[in-house]
Amino acid sequence: MASLRDLKSKINATKKTRQITNAMHMVAAANLNRSQLQAEAYQEYMNKLRSVVAHIASGNKGSLRHPMLETRPVKKVGYIVIAGERGLAGAYNNNVFKALEALIKDKNQSKDDYTGLVVGRMAQRYFEKRQMPVSSQAVGIPDQPSFESIKALAKDAVRLFENQEIDELHIIYTHFVSAISQQVRTVQLLPLTDVESGGDHKTYYEYEPSENEVLETLLPQYIEGYIYGALLDAKAAEHAARMTAMKNSTDNASEMIERYTLQYNRARQAAITQEISEIVGGANALQ
Amino acid sequence: MNTLFASIVTPNGKVYEGDVHMVSVRATSGDMGILPNHMPLVAPLKISAVKLKHLESDEYVAVSGGFVEIRRDSVTILTESAERKVDIDVARAERAKAEAEAKLASLTEDSPEYKAVLNDLKRAENRLHVASL
Repeated sequence: MASLRDLKSKINATKKTRQITNAMHMVAAANLNRSQLQAEAYQEYMNKLRSVVAHIASGNKGSLRHPMLETRPVKKVGYIVIAGERGLAGAYNNNVFKALEALIKDKNQSKDDYTGLVVGRMAQRYFEKRQMPVSSQAVGIPDQPSFESIKALAKDAVRLFENQEIDELHIIYTHFVSAISQQVRTVQLLPLTDVESGGDHKTYYEYEPSENEVLETLLPQYIEGYIYGALLDAKAAEHAARMTAMKNSTDNASEMIERYTLQYNRARQAAITQEISEIVGGANALQ
Repeated sequence: MNTLFASIVTPNGKVYEGDVHMVSVRATSGDMGILPNHMPLVAPLKISAVKLKHLESDEYVAVSGGFVEIRRDSVTILTESAERKVDIDVARAERAKAEAEAKLASLTEDSPEYKAVLNDLKRAENRLHVASL
């Protein structure tokens, strides 16, 4: 059995760990709250954007010409990978990487066939460690990212596609379902195949100067907006995952402390009993 | 007098929302003044100032491109970033302008970053312009 002193220090150490995980749990909960508010503000922008894109697409089946709408032979694929800035969020980062591996295995033969656009330090490290090609990166993303934190990467993604350096663009991120459930999603962003319509189709718009020229600004903005939306979603999921992970470790720490305290008390009892019997034994011997 | 509902929306949230009498924007095809009951229209915008006229007071907002969606009773401007005149940080805009100018001097017209830096410069100048209105 461990000595009294060992047990005491184990209890103290675990208590300190619990304090930290508990604080991280609270921080993640607060961040999650803020992320959800942010997602609401963003949703309005995206809904509007989507309804206009869908409107143009539905009104002009076939007659629209834009490189972003056209499928071409795929020589190289771009993957936008959104992971966290740090770990301690359960399987959050790993799940994203697993989905990426499956996708690469399915679509690509060699490292020349794809390129990564990485978001978050964990994703950057993952690519670096495996010496996978990276075309653009965005690291140091804050807990509540603004559009500026991802803008450069989003523009890079659109540019790569326009210059035909990549022929397909996929995004891999974690979708926030609820505080206890997150889901990895892979979506093909480019070429744009279908835009689900949300808006009404009753208004007939005039396009100035022409539909194709409106698309010229609209589509890149739509894609960039989509990427930002995925980042917001992923951040909310990350906070939720971290919250759950930290809640679990706090609970586990409490359990350990309980077990150690029981052991400690037992050991203390045993020591006292032993001492008493020694005293009694000594007294008896004197009589 | 008729009014129309104007809103300026960015990915970071709403910048402006309210009833106005007239909206002036600079589309890629030319300046547009939008009054109530305008025909539904979609047009891309330049990096420019948007003027929202409400009774006698005018409000100016700097927008960095994007586009305008007009309906009979509402105007929505969707853009990557927008700032109201009062929210513009003049010192920051001046810094951004100086930075962009310095960068631009070292680039030639066919280098890949040229367009992006030129846009940065335009945005900074636009902000300064709106702040001085």
